[in-house]
Amino acid sequence: MISRLVPTPAAAVADVPDGATVMIGGFGEAGSPIELIHALIDQGARELVVVNNNTGNGRVGLAALIAAGRVRKMICSFPRSTTPTQFPELYRRGAIELELVPQGTLAERIRAGGAGIPAFYTPTSVGTPLAAGKEEREFDGRRYVLERALTADFALVKAERADRYGNLVYNKSARNFGPIMCTAARVAIAQVRDFVEDDGLDPEAIVTPGIFVQRVVPVDAPAYESRLIAAGASYP
Amino acid sequence: MSAPTGLSRKQMAWRAAQDVFDGAYVNLGIGIPELCAAFVPEGREVVYHTENGVLGFGPAPPPGAEDPELINAGKKPITVKPGAAFFHHADSFAMIRGGHLDIAILGAMQVAGNGDLANWSAGGDAVPAVGGAMDLVAGVRRVLVITEHQTREGEPKLVARCTLPLTGVGVVQRVYTNLGVFDVAGDGFVLVERAPGVTVEAIRAATGAALHVHGEPPEVRAPAT
Repeated sequence: MISRLVPTPAAAVADVPDGATVMIGGFGEAGSPIELIHALIDQGARELVVVNNNTGNGRVGLAALIAAGRVRKMICSFPRSTTPTQFPELYRRGAIELELVPQGTLAERIRAGGAGIPAFYTPTSVGTPLAAGKEEREFDGRRYVLERALTADFALVKAERADRYGNLVYNKSARNFGPIMCTAARVAIAQVRDFVEDDGLDPEAIVTPGIFVQRVVPVDAPAYESRLIAAGASYP
Repeated sequence: MSAPTGLSRKQMAWRAAQDVFDGAYVNLGIGIPELCAAFVPEGREVVYHTENGVLGFGPAPPPGAEDPELINAGKKPITVKPGAAFFHHADSFAMIRGGHLDIAILGAMQVAGNGDLANWSAGGDAVPAVGGAMDLVAGVRRVLVITEHQTREGEPKLVARCTLPLTGVGVVQRVYTNLGVFDVAGDGFVLVERAPGVTVEAIRAATGAALHVHGEPPEVRAPAT
C-alpha cells in the first residue's frame, strides 16, 4: 500500500546530509514550514545550500537555521527582513555566500529543474549587473540571458491538506514556491495541517500531484513567524 | 532657493491612478505605488496582481481579521475580492514575464531619459535585494514610475543616464513626481503636466536630463489630499 505518511518532522528530515541542497517553501511567513525547519536545526546537518525567496525573520524558522551557522550558501531574491536577523552580519563578514536571483528567474529555474529542462533564456536582468558573465542570445530582435535550472536534494514545504498518496492542496498565498519546489527535489517533504485518512483528495482540486511528494508529516497547529516574533521567541 | 514641493504623495498616487484604465491587470510596487489602488476613478474595474500568487486582491482586512497566509508582496495582510485566484510562483511570473499584465507602477531611485530604471540597489555595502523588480520591467506592457523628483539630498532622480545599478534597460514609459507628469522621450523627458504653482523653470532646474516642453503644459488637477 502506498503511504507517504511520516509521523514526525524529526523523522522526516532525519536523513538530510551535510552539504545538501534544500529548497524551503514560503514567501515571508506565508507557507514557511517552520516545524520542518526547526527539526532540521535539531538534526544538525551543516554546510547546507538553501533555496528560499528570503532569508527569514527574527530568530525563528529559516532565520534561526542561518543564525545557527548551518547554511553555507543562500540562493534567494530578497535577503531582507523588517525584523532584525543574523543574515546581514554573516554576509558582511563572508560567513555565508549569497546568490542573488530575480524572483521570477528563481521561480523559473526551480520549475525548469523539476521539468527536466537544464537551462532557459529569459529577458529578465538583461543589461543589469545580475546578467554579468551569463551567456546572451538574441531572438527576434530582443536580447535574453541564459539561466541554469535548479534542483535540490530535499524540499521542505507547507501545505494545507494531503492524502496518503502525497497529493497536496495549499492555503491562499502560502502556495507560492511549494508546488514547484516539490517537483525539483529528489525528496519533497510536506508538512500539512490536515491529513485526510480515508479516500484521497478531489482529483479536480489537487494542486501538487503526489508523484512529486515523497513524505507527508501532519502538523495540525503550525506556528506562524509573526506570532512567534511578537512573543519574543527564538529557536532553539 | 528652496526646491518646490508640489504634489503630496497621495496626489502623486491619485494622478497615476487616473491612467489606470477599466479592466486593467495591474501590479503595484511597495510604497507610494500601493496608494494608487485607493484612487482609481469610480466605475473602473481593476484587477490587482501580487507576485506572491494572488490575482484580484483587495484592501487590508480590519484589525483582528488578518491571515498570515494571505499577504501581498510587501508581506502585509490583504483580502480577496470576488473573482480572485491563487497560483504558484512560476505561474505568477508567467503572468509578468509573459506580457499578460497591463500595467506595473513602481518606485525608483533613478529614471533616465532613455527609459532605463534603477530601483533595486543603492550600491555600497548594503545587502543586495532585487525581488521581482527585474521581471516586472522585463515583462509588463506598460511600466510607470512614481517617485519624488529629487533625493533627500536634492539630487535629481530624473537623469540623462542612470549611475546606479540598472533594473532594466529602456523600460519606463511615464514618470509621476511631486513636480509633474513626464513621458520618457529617449533623449530626455517631455513635460506632460506640471504641479500647481510650480514653474517650468523650477522643474527644469530640478531635472538632471533634457526637458522638452511643448506649448503650455497644463497643471495636474489633483484633489487636495
